[in-house]
Amino acid sequence: MMPAPETTLAIVFQLTQLLLVVLAAPLLTGWVNQCQAWLQNRSGAGVLQPYRVLHKLFRKDAVMAHNASWLFRITPYIVFGCMWLAAAIIPVIAADLPFSRAADVIALVGVFALARMFIALAAMDIGTAFGSMGARREMLVSFLAEPALLMVLFTASMISHSTQLPSIVQALAHHEFVLYPSLAFAALAFVIVLLAENARIPVDNPGTHLELTMIHEAMILEYSARHLALIEWASSLKLFAYISIGIALFLPHGIAAVGDWAGLPLALALLVPKLMLAGAGLALLEAVSAKMRIFRAPEFLGTAFLLAVLGLLIHFLLGA
Amino acid sequence: MNGVILSWIMLGAVGLWRRDTRLITRILFPLGALASLSLAVAGFMALGSAAQTLVLPLGLPELPFHQRLDALSAFFLILLGVASTGVSLYAGGYFRHMEGKTLGLLCLEYHVFLAGMTLVLLADDAYLFMVAWEMMALSSYFLVTTDHAVPDIRKAGFLYLLVAHVGAIAILLCFGVMQGGNGIAAYTFDAMRAAPLTPFWASAAFLLALFGFGAKAGVLPLHVWLPEAHPAAPSPVSALMSGVMLKTAIYGILRVSFDLLPLQLWWWGVLALGLGLATAVFGVMFAAVQGDMKRLLAYSSIENIGLLLVGIGLTLIFHVYGKDTLAALALAATLYHSLNHAMFKSLLFVGTGSILHATGERNMGRLGGLIHRMPWASVLMLVGVLAIAGLPPLNGFVSEWLLLQAFLLSPGLSNNYINMLVPVAAAVIALAAALAAYVMVKFYGVIFLGQRRDPGLAHAHDAGRMERTGMVWLALACVALGLFPVFVLGQIDHVAQSLLGTRLGNASADWMFLAPVDTDRASYSPLYFLLAVAGVTGLSVLLVHRLYHGRLRRGAAWDCGFPAQTARMQDSAEGFGQPIRRIFEPFFRIEREVPGALDTRPKYHGRSDDKLWFLLYLPLRDLTEKLSGWVSLLQHGRIHLYLTYTFATLVVLLIFV
Repeated sequence: MMPAPETTLAIVFQLTQLLLVVLAAPLLTGWVNQCQAWLQNRSGAGVLQPYRVLHKLFRKDAVMAHNASWLFRITPYIVFGCMWLAAAIIPVIAADLPFSRAADVIALVGVFALARMFIALAAMDIGTAFGSMGARREMLVSFLAEPALLMVLFTASMISHSTQLPSIVQALAHHEFVLYPSLAFAALAFVIVLLAENARIPVDNPGTHLELTMIHEAMILEYSARHLALIEWASSLKLFAYISIGIALFLPHGIAAVGDWAGLPLALALLVPKLMLAGAGLALLEAVSAKMRIFRAPEFLGTAFLLAVLGLLIHFLLGA
Repeated sequence: MNGVILSWIMLGAVGLWRRDTRLITRILFPLGALASLSLAVAGFMALGSAAQTLVLPLGLPELPFHQRLDALSAFFLILLGVASTGVSLYAGGYFRHMEGKTLGLLCLEYHVFLAGMTLVLLADDAYLFMVAWEMMALSSYFLVTTDHAVPDIRKAGFLYLLVAHVGAIAILLCFGVMQGGNGIAAYTFDAMRAAPLTPFWASAAFLLALFGFGAKAGVLPLHVWLPEAHPAAPSPVSALMSGVMLKTAIYGILRVSFDLLPLQLWWWGVLALGLGLATAVFGVMFAAVQGDMKRLLAYSSIENIGLLLVGIGLTLIFHVYGKDTLAALALAATLYHSLNHAMFKSLLFVGTGSILHATGERNMGRLGGLIHRMPWASVLMLVGVLAIAGLPPLNGFVSEWLLLQAFLLSPGLSNNYINMLVPVAAAVIALAAALAAYVMVKFYGVIFLGQRRDPGLAHAHDAGRMERTGMVWLALACVALGLFPVFVLGQIDHVAQSLLGTRLGNASADWMFLAPVDTDRASYSPLYFLLAVAGVTGLSVLLVHRLYHGRLRRGAAWDCGFPAQTARMQDSAEGFGQPIRRIFEPFFRIEREVPGALDTRPKYHGRSDDKLWFLLYLPLRDLTEKLSGWVSLLQHGRIHLYLTYTFATLVVLLIFV
C-alpha cells in the first residue's frame, strides 16, 4: 500500500522535528543559563556553552567504577533515547505528528517514568551512599510529581475529549478564546511539576554538588565522559519536552493544524519567542526562590497534586 | 478439562507413592507443566465458542456435579494454564534439593491445588464450587506449612486457614441467599440465574460475596493473612497463590455479580471502587517499608487486588447506568490486569525463590550486588520489575492505560456524586501506580544492585536450567502481553460479550494500534513504541561511537572524592522506604529504638506494623476469648447437667410452639 502524499509529508515532518529537537535542546538550556547569569549580574558563558561542554565530554575517555554492571552502561543510552522520543512527539510547530498516535499522553508519562526508573537503578548500581540517596530522593519527588502531571494532562484531555496530543493541541488552539478555569489550576500545578521534574530550584539545584541538597546530581555522580554527556543532553531534552508540553497545553495558539502546511512558517516563527519567554520565566522563578529542605519538597509537590486534582474536579463540576 | 484435572491428581499420587526426587522433579513437574499448557490451549479454544455444560455422576444424590465452561471460565483457565506452566517448570528445578516424604506430599498437594483451582473455575453448582474451594484452600494451607517445624510458619498457616474459612462461610451464605430456599436442586447456578431476587436480597448476596471472596483476595481489612502466608510458603507456591489463587476470588466476584445475580445496583460499584482504592494505596504504602522481599511482593499483590477491585467497581457503575461500551472497557482493563498480574507476580515470586536458593536470605538488607553473580535471574527479574511498575512497552502499562481510559471516558453519568468521585479515584490510581515504581526501584536496587552487603554473597549461584526455563516462559508472557494488546483484547471481548452483552472492539483497523473506543480519542501502539525507543537508542549508540569513540577505563568509584566506601553506606531496605514511612506516618504503627549521642554501643531498631491488626484484629480476638469464656461457664463436664440443659431447652421450645 502506498501511503498518501499527506502521510508522507507528515512522516517527513515528524523526522524533521526529531532532528530539530535533539539539536535545539541544548540551546534552550544555554538560554536559561544565560538568563540566570544576567539576573545574577554576571556576563554568562553564552547560549552555546552547552554544546561546548557536550563536545568536551564526548571526546574524553569514559571511566567507570570497577563494580559497574551492564545496567549502568546501557542506562545513558536508554535515558537519552526516551527523552529524545518524548521531546519529538509533542506538537509545538504542527499538530501533524504521525508518531503521536502510537504514544498518547499516558504513554508520554510512561516514557518519562521508564527513563527515571533506569536512571534511579543505575544510581544504585555502584553502591555509593550518594547514589542510593539520590535514587531515593528522585523517586520521592517523582511519586508525587508524576500523578500531578498525569492529572494536568487529564484536564486537557477532558476538555478536548482525547488523550492524543495532536487532538488536544488542535482542540485547545482553535477554540474560541475563553479562559478555562480548570486549565488555570492545571497550569499552576504544571509549573511546580516542571520545576521538580527538571531538578530546578526550589526542589533541586542543577548547579550544586552539595551533599545535603543534591537529588539529580547525586544520581549521576559516577558517570563521566560520553555517558555523562548523554545524560546532560537528555536533561536538556527533558526540559525541552516539559516546556513543549507547557506550550502545547497553555499557549497552543499558532501551532499549525493537521494538513495546514502553509501555517508552518508562522508556527515556527511563533515558537522561538514562546521558548525564549518560557526559558526566561524559568530563570526568573529560580532567581527569586530559595532551595527548600528535602522534606518540604513532598508538601510542595503535594500542593501541585491537589491543584491538579482540583482542576480536574472543576472541569467535572463546571464542564469547562 | 477433567482430563487435565485427573492427570494432575495422578501425577501427585505417583509422586507420593514413589517419593523419588529425580522422578518428581525431572518428570512429574514437567508433565504437570505440559498438562497446564494443554489446559491453557483448551481454554483458548473454548473462549470463542458457546458455553458447554457437563453433568458428572458424582456428588450428592439429588445434586450431581454440574460443570460449565463459558467465556469467563475459559479466560481464567487460560490465566491458570499459562501461569502454572511457567511455575511448574520452575518448581521442577526449585525442589531438586528436597527428598523423601516431604517432597512426595508436596508434589501431591501442589497438583491437587492446581486441580482445585481448575474445578472452582469449572463449577456450575454451589456444592461442587464449595468442594473445589475447600480443596484449593486446604491444599494451599498444607503447602504454606511445608516447613511446619518453624513456629512462625505454623502461625502464618493458621491465620491463613482461619481467614479462608471465615470467607468460605460468607460464600456459602451468599449461595444460600441466591438459592432462595427452593430445595436442593436450586443449588445449581442455572437455578440461581433464574431465581427472582428483590434488590434487598441481591444486595445481601453481593455483600456476602464481596466479603467472602474479598477474604481470599486480600481486600482491606481482610488482607492480614497475605503478608504472613506468602513469605512462609515455598516460592513456587507463593507464585501460584499470589498469581493465580487470588484471581479465583476475582473470578468469584465477577461470576456472582454479573452472571448469577439478576440485577446490579449502583452503590455496589461505589463500594467496590472505594474499597479497591483503599486497598491499592494501603498495599503499596506498606510494600514501600518492607524489608523482607517476599513480604514486599505480598503487599504489592494487595495493591494489585485493589486495582482489580477498582476495575470491577467501575464496570458495575457503568453497567448500571447503561453505558455498556464503557463497562466493557472497564471489564477489559480488569481482566487484562488479572492476566498481567498473574504473569509478572509469578515471575517475581519465583525469582525470589532463586535468590533464596542462591543466598539463603529473604531479608533484603543482607543482599545486594547480585546482578554480577546471577545474570539470568537479574535480566528476567528486571523484565518483571519494569512490567509491574507499569512502564511501556510491557504488559503492566497496557492494563493501566485501559483503566485510566475508562476513567477519562466517564463523564456524563446521571449521578453527579459519582461524577465527582471519578476524578478523585483516577488521581488515587495514578498515585498508587507512581508509588509502585518507587517500591520496585527499591526491590530491584537493594537486591541486585550496589555492593554486596554480606561477603557470603560472592558465592551466590545463578538460577538452574529448569528454573530459568520457567522464568523465561513467564517473562516472555509479560513481553507478549505488552506488545500484542489488540489480540489479547479481541479474546477478552468474548467475556465482555457473555457478561455484559456488548463488545468493546477495536476502533482502529490497524492491528498495531490499540484504540478501544475511537481512534481520535486515544490510541497506543506498543510495537511502534518499542521500535521507536529502540531505534533512537540504537542510533545514539551508533552516532556516539562513530563520531567520537568507545574508549572505556575502569577505576575506583568517585563518590565525590570520599575515600572510604563500605557496603553499609548504601541505603538499606528500611532506609530506602524511610521517606514513605515519614510522609504516611499516621498509617503505620512504628516502633523505633534510636541510640543517643553518647551511646558507646549504639543499637538501631525500627519496625513498622499494620495499625489495622491492633485496631481491629486484636480487639476481635479479645472479644472472642471473652465470649468463649462466658460460654464455658455452662460447661462443667457432668452429664446430668447437660441433660438438664436439653430438658430446659425442650420445655422452652414447647412453650413457644
